Amino acid sequence: MPSPRYWREIPARFRLEACRCTSCGTTSFPPRLVCPSCRGRSLERTALSRTARVITSTVIHVGPAEFQMEAPYAMAVVETPEKARLMTQVVDCDPQSVLPGMEVSLEFRKIRREGKGGILCYGYKAVPRL
Amino acid sequence: MREVAIVAAGMSRFGELWDLSLRDLFATAALEAMEKAGADHIDALYVGNMSAGKFVGQEHLGPLMAEAIGLSGVAAGRVESACASGGLALRAGFAEVASGMSDLVLAAGVEKMTDGADVTEVLATAADQELEAYHGVTFPGLYAMIARAHMQAFGTTEEDLAWVSVKNHRHGALNPKAQFRREIKVEDVLRSALVAEPLRLLHCSPVSDGAAAVLLCPLDQARKYTDRPVKLLASGVATSSMSLAGRADPAFLDAVQRSAERAYKMAGIGPGDVQVAEVHDCFAIAEICCLEALGLVERGKGNQAARSGMTALGGRIPVNTSGGLKSKGHPVGATGIAQAIEIFEQLRDEAGERQVQKARIGLAQNMGGSGASSVTHILGRV
Repeated sequence: MPSPRYWREIPARFRLEACRCTSCGTTSFPPRLVCPSCRGRSLERTALSRTARVITSTVIHVGPAEFQMEAPYAMAVVETPEKARLMTQVVDCDPQSVLPGMEVSLEFRKIRREGKGGILCYGYKAVPRL
Repeated sequence: MREVAIVAAGMSRFGELWDLSLRDLFATAALEAMEKAGADHIDALYVGNMSAGKFVGQEHLGPLMAEAIGLSGVAAGRVESACASGGLALRAGFAEVASGMSDLVLAAGVEKMTDGADVTEVLATAADQELEAYHGVTFPGLYAMIARAHMQAFGTTEEDLAWVSVKNHRHGALNPKAQFRREIKVEDVLRSALVAEPLRLLHCSPVSDGAAAVLLCPLDQARKYTDRPVKLLASGVATSSMSLAGRADPAFLDAVQRSAERAYKMAGIGPGDVQVAEVHDCFAIAEICCLEALGLVERGKGNQAARSGMTALGGRIPVNTSGGLKSKGHPVGATGIAQAIEIFEQLRDEAGERQVQKARIGLAQNMGGSGASSVTHILGRV
């Protein structure tokens, strides 16, 4: 991934920056230029809570080359209290235990290494909430 | 708008075709369609293709394919909507003929997937790169999450999913062009390797090479090319959120529903009028969800359709008589056209052992990504 792209995505990946529509109240992640719900253009920056609930999940056994060393690993669509949904790995637990309804926290983690130089790319991963 | 007919079809075998290149595949299908119609020219060519750029390092398919069939100079271009590229190419050809812009258009699809590219990575480009692929999700992974949501909501089981594969292999065994011409049992599916839980290898369509092409013209000129034209009654296209996380209900394919509603409205029919259908079974769960979104079964009841025999040959509404993507193969850009060809043959009584008796109206539904785009066509006997 070229570095400008990685740099551009830092606010959402590192700080969970989202936007809230001032007309209908919908929170979208990552921030957008128009509200996907009402098409309003007045959006304010906000950060998502670092807690979420699993909506649906899977355990990936055959992954992309960059992730195959981690297989089997759990992935889930999770929903924060702001009703924003995001796709994330769920780690630090038995992957089979990641099922709809599970409560998780979103932590800052390493996601992947990229390119020949092995540049470290960071972002969010979910862990079970104790 | 002019009424439009499909007058001829051509299709390569589907499978791991190491002796055929991207352009050879295309030319095989395109020339077969033109020869059957006795056509020595076309006015325009649309080629559906998902990712020749990543699969074989080749973009700019319009001129390449025109040249490959000896028609360099003709209007030509590539159409892309991931795995729905073929369906979208058919739509483009339909619009071109209906509008009066052209009188004879070749709508085709092609994909060359076995030339050594990392297929998992290439297919993942049909997901949202920033929000999904970055985190390590795969296509089977996305459909696995759709499956788990459907299981959670409606009690769908792994065995229900297995029945879809068993049914489609039973059909595909009768199709000379299919990649896997053999039957499988429920136990085979349930014993196959896990790919992304709850999906196993035999719940997934394969990696395939292949091409398919149809020739379109105004209905009132169709008899120049064939004595059995099939009318293109309607075309519906719709989109939904690119990422699975952006959909209100991950177990429901809303783009499929919208594309079908648009097609039903244009054709002036309802789902109850459809007698044979090809739907996008890239994974077993996709067939279940598509049947529900198309209105062919009630919401939440799609899981019983294959098991009960309703969607098998001889059932109330046979689905994927070609073997579907699962057994026939899924060269992604070619799939949408291949689906239309199966319906075309059914409505011309040319489907051999797979023939659905007295079918007059058929539907072909082609989907891109994890359901972010869908194209539905309705065809009718003339």
